[in-house]
Amino acid sequence: MKLSKDVRLFHRTKDLEIQIDKFLDALSESALVFKHAVGVYLTDGCTDEFTEKHQHVDRLESAADDLRRDIEIQLYTQTLIPESRGDVLGLLENLDNIINLIEGVLWSFEIEKPQIPDNCKDGYRNLVAMSCEAVEAVVLASRAFFRNIEAVGDHNHKVIFFETEADKVSTRLKRDIFESELGLGHKMHLRGFVENIDDIADWSEDVADRLAIYVIKRTV
Amino acid sequence: MENTVLLFLTSGLFLGWALGANDAANVFGTAVGTRMVRFSTAAIICSVFVLLGAVASGAGATETLGKLGAINALPGSFMAALAAASAVHMMNRVGLPVSTSQAIVGAIIGWNLFSGMPTDSAALTKILATWVMCPILAAVFSALIYKFMVWLIRHAKLHLLRTDTYTRIGLILAGAFGSYSLGANNIANVMGVFVPANPFTDFNISHVLTFTGGQQLFLLGAIAIGVGVFTYSKRVMLTVGNDLLPLSPIAAWVAVLSHSIVLFLFASQGLETILSSNGLPTIPLVPVSSSQAVVGAVLGIALVKGGRGIQWRVLGSISLGWVVTPIIACGICFVGLYFLQNVFDQTVFN
Repeated sequence: MKLSKDVRLFHRTKDLEIQIDKFLDALSESALVFKHAVGVYLTDGCTDEFTEKHQHVDRLESAADDLRRDIEIQLYTQTLIPESRGDVLGLLENLDNIINLIEGVLWSFEIEKPQIPDNCKDGYRNLVAMSCEAVEAVVLASRAFFRNIEAVGDHNHKVIFFETEADKVSTRLKRDIFESELGLGHKMHLRGFVENIDDIADWSEDVADRLAIYVIKRTV
Repeated sequence: MENTVLLFLTSGLFLGWALGANDAANVFGTAVGTRMVRFSTAAIICSVFVLLGAVASGAGATETLGKLGAINALPGSFMAALAAASAVHMMNRVGLPVSTSQAIVGAIIGWNLFSGMPTDSAALTKILATWVMCPILAAVFSALIYKFMVWLIRHAKLHLLRTDTYTRIGLILAGAFGSYSLGANNIANVMGVFVPANPFTDFNISHVLTFTGGQQLFLLGAIAIGVGVFTYSKRVMLTVGNDLLPLSPIAAWVAVLSHSIVLFLFASQGLETILSSNGLPTIPLVPVSSSQAVVGAVLGIALVKGGRGIQWRVLGSISLGWVVTPIIACGICFVGLYFLQNVFDQTVFN
């Protein structure tokens, strides 16, 4: 009986490992689709292709929510990793918030349909690219937290780098916007988008900071 | 069996109960404290393996105690065990970590002094040297195993959840081994003083298996330890473990394993036979302190980690307990024997 219980324990652990991987896949994929969707919006406006990509991110966000809840419930009902489950819970919830931010930006594009001047489009593309790189790096750092704790620091370093780059791009972009001849309402509208996209990189950095502490706590 | 015999055995059972209540925490404390293993699982495994160790391998360390002083009258054994148990209880009340091994040795010397029997200085030296060696050996084992585990974890790159599962299984296995070693090594403390005046006789089970009087005595002691584990050790398990140094579950596993190896080394007659038949120096079979082995093991890990975070004050109080326990037990035994002989008119030595 003990043996079968142990076999079940291994099986459940394997299932949970797969679920955590799927959750991180969803986050990584949503960042890639987001980058693509904003690219489509900047080139062609709010087209069917943009809406389709937005819906794709919506689906990923719902799937990630379900996975997160399921993982959390399993961690607590099966009393797994008692020492680290609080940290894992915090990590998953903060990562989930990144998908929420991405989804929120796409909703804003679809509902508010901002008019982006041509001279600012490259700036937005760059900002989205830097934010998505930061998300990618924090996904890698999170995977390392579960499998190869020593590599977390390397990935965290990249998150911080891309967040700093995103900050530089967003400052430049806001300056360009406010130095232009646009109306104040339009300027403020565009600024809101810059800040929302930049928030994605900022939040990724916050998660990286948490990870750095979790690593210290988990040192044998 | 006469009621008086049972009455005299109660002090040994009390000592067994105290040992179960305290020392089970050395084996399963951190595992239960960190919720890696449920208390009920720990208590069942601990009781079963203590019993196996005591009955199968308890004779070696008992022999050494017997050399120190063979208490040859049951009332004398009763008082020695009672003195040891009282010393353990007193030390617990003042919050000092305590060793039943040291208490019983103190009590035996008390009986020797009272009865005018000589204390075998060779046996005493052997026991004292072992007490010093026990934590040092545990520290060496834990430092080596810990270093190896750090290397292994770095290279194996296991998933956090997988590591958790392996650690859980490791804690249960090390706990079972630790309980076996605890039973084998420390049953001598609980029942050793009753062996020369053993009231039980051998009996055969269908002419195949002989259940010796000594084994019956050890079984009784092991049951008392089991009762101590079930009734009182949970509280100790939940408070002990992080006193000296906060440990991660893997470090806790290393500590328990090292402690168990040391207790096993000082109790295994099989190992002694193998060593002596190969012309190698043997390890003395002596009851050692489970608590001091764990302290040594934790210290070994702490030193590998650079010595940060050690509660030196706790270490100081442990060393104090080391000296004070045998003295108190010796004193109580001496005074108790005087009363037993002169007030209750009992023969405390022959």
